[in-house]
Amino acid sequence: MIKLLSGNEAIALGAYHAGVMVAAAYPGTPSTEILENLARFDGIYAEWSTNEKVAMEVGLGASCAGVRSLVSMKHVGLNVASDPFMAAATTGVNGGLVVISADDPGMHSSQNEQDNRHYARLAKVPMLEPGDSQEAYEIMAYAFNISEEFDTPVLVRTTTRISHSKSVVKATGNRKTPSKQPGFCYNPTKYVMLPAHARLRHPLMEERLSRLAAYAETFPLNQIIPGERRLGIVSSGVAYQYAREVFPEASFLKLALTYPLPRDLIRRFAEQVERLVVIEELDPFLEDSIRAMGIKVTGKELFPITGELNPDIIEQASRKAGLLTGSLKQKPEYRALNLPSRPPLLCPGCPHSGIFFVLSSLGQRSSLPGKPAREPKLIIAGDIGCYTLGAHPPLSAMDTCSCMGAGIGQALGMEKAGVAEKIVAVIGDSTFLHSGITGLVNAVYNKGRITIIILDNRTTAMTGQQEHPGTGITAQGQETTAVDLAQVARGIGINDVKMVDAFNIKAIRASVKSSLDSPELSVIIVRGACAVRLSGRSNPRAIDSDLCNMCGLCLLIGCPAIRKEKERVYIDTSLCVGDACTICQQICPRKAIVTSVNKGEKKDG
Amino acid sequence: MDRLNLLITGIGGQGIIAASDIVAETALAAGFDVKKTDSLGMAQRGGSVVSHIRLAPKVRSPLVKMGEADIILAFEKLESARWSHYLRPDGIAIINNHSVPPPSVSLGKERYPGDEEITDILKQQTDKIYLINGADLAEELGNIKTLNILMLGCLSIFIPFEEDIWRDCIAKRLPARVVELNTTAFEQGRREIENILNTETGSAYGKREG
Repeated sequence: MIKLLSGNEAIALGAYHAGVMVAAAYPGTPSTEILENLARFDGIYAEWSTNEKVAMEVGLGASCAGVRSLVSMKHVGLNVASDPFMAAATTGVNGGLVVISADDPGMHSSQNEQDNRHYARLAKVPMLEPGDSQEAYEIMAYAFNISEEFDTPVLVRTTTRISHSKSVVKATGNRKTPSKQPGFCYNPTKYVMLPAHARLRHPLMEERLSRLAAYAETFPLNQIIPGERRLGIVSSGVAYQYAREVFPEASFLKLALTYPLPRDLIRRFAEQVERLVVIEELDPFLEDSIRAMGIKVTGKELFPITGELNPDIIEQASRKAGLLTGSLKQKPEYRALNLPSRPPLLCPGCPHSGIFFVLSSLGQRSSLPGKPAREPKLIIAGDIGCYTLGAHPPLSAMDTCSCMGAGIGQALGMEKAGVAEKIVAVIGDSTFLHSGITGLVNAVYNKGRITIIILDNRTTAMTGQQEHPGTGITAQGQETTAVDLAQVARGIGINDVKMVDAFNIKAIRASVKSSLDSPELSVIIVRGACAVRLSGRSNPRAIDSDLCNMCGLCLLIGCPAIRKEKERVYIDTSLCVGDACTICQQICPRKAIVTSVNKGEKKDG
Repeated sequence: MDRLNLLITGIGGQGIIAASDIVAETALAAGFDVKKTDSLGMAQRGGSVVSHIRLAPKVRSPLVKMGEADIILAFEKLESARWSHYLRPDGIAIINNHSVPPPSVSLGKERYPGDEEITDILKQQTDKIYLINGADLAEELGNIKTLNILMLGCLSIFIPFEEDIWRDCIAKRLPARVVELNTTAFEQGRREIENILNTETGSAYGKREG
């Protein structure tokens, strides 16, 4: 079977063919499609867990019960899951346990840039890094075999460029029949990590690591590609692809098992070449280890430690360092063009637009065109999700965004610090269920007086519409109990819990004002379906140019359908969702926004 | 043709990812090794999007190098200028003659470049600029969402894959109920370029402008 697959699709297919039985994940770019694809295969149990920590625990539990299991997450997800991950590294496995960390160099959709290869060293577990979809497919069978043979979880580390690029995959296998039937094997010294038992495990982990190092020497995907002796390049992942292209003649040591390192293989390679260079994305993970072996090597003094690499960056850095000679191919000179930027936006009809418009105006974040900017008031602690885009102008209605679930705790910390401003925490429904609940319990327990706004759009929108415990549907499409957010808030002791329609500006403003004036902790649940899930659009709005006085208030919603070109404000009727939203119509002081498309509203080409 | 570097650019929500998937599938069906990768930013609608597609007997990097794209297919004018430095000298730029001002322009903080400025930027790389009134044509077909397939029709004239392979891959990628409409859009796109090529004396830009 030859197919064009993304790295994530290839990982899912590879895991399926390797006989994975249980898969758990929390959505996170660029890892999301791994579980989405696994959920479609027959004979696999796949779940969206409430967060990555729980996913890891489910994976570890399935492994203890003897079946092959997979847990996938984005790089920061492994921070959340690091506690059970370290536990799994200590207890080891029964059925194979593979943990996928999809890193995001360049931060295409992340709050930080971190190199999760360090987790392999921290946890003393083996790590595999695929270089394209074909390798991502093949690596999965190795990963499960290594896990079972060495009694260890295996970390598979991809990056955005591997997970989200598509390339050709020749899938050779069929689904492997599981060798073991599910069954728990009672073994307290292995699975009950009392200090006395854990003390026994640590020496076994060290011994495991040295056996893995020996295995790495002959691991088939660690390869020397002979070339010119002048330059030897050690690389892995997508950086290898870029480097091969920039240096078609050089010798390469391409590593796919990057922890523990094949030290003899590296030494042999270093002896074959005159100069040894490491080209890797983010931290000098390989470079530092090679240097610590006493081998002369260069890497990060030539190539950037921050951001994604690409062939252009590698070529430019190599020319500067004298690694590449010969005449530069005539290239158009890149001038920094002074073009307007185009950041991503909240969608037309987004249920977050109304609440952010209200917070933006109450918090004095935006002003009408031509009017001076005002001093901001109200502190808005934000969180991770689509709604983080509310931080962009014109809304500018977010003051902090740290990590999943952080906003409620940060808001409480600011209150306890004694700031004079009123404080709100804004958090999405999926993020609230992921890690906001503990923060809310803490705020109740510690007598907080902040306002918590839960943006309930009934989905995990940012990562592409995944189900979560509040939607009442599982990852595999089955109906289940829907967690009632209002009941949760009341159940932990909050008296002031309000529900409000995300498309009713008056009601939103009234509830926010009432909560800000209230001396007690309050929760507002702003509910409205994600615009991407709208089944149909009806009656797009238009601007009556006779009534419009160009005040610009509607532009402050930040709706992509409302635009100003030259001396005209208009609504792009192909984008407006119409009756489902009407926020612009509700706020227009001159009632100039009307239902039907009439005079002068047909856009020019 | 034994290799091709292609960039598809535009705005999130215009169907760029689907279009680049179809090109990649068509290339695979036509016997090439192919890699593609999309830069999506925060993956939501309305942001600047670029998709890189490379085909050759053996492809390593999924990213096209600056100045090495043979063709840029742009779904919006500003986005054609933004990525123009990826075009190789004398490469081909196929542009939907349509402007969508970003929010900074609507709020009066930045200025949308005029047609001449955009042409000047592109002309530093090439004179082979094909402006297509794609958005209007797609609306005339009854669905603005056919824009991406119409643009693929334009592109297909410059890539020697058999037309049937394109059609098959389009049909495989899209829901059955819209295949017929999109096939019409594909043909319309082909005709637009053929008409320009048939009447062409120099740059196509001047003739198609306005």
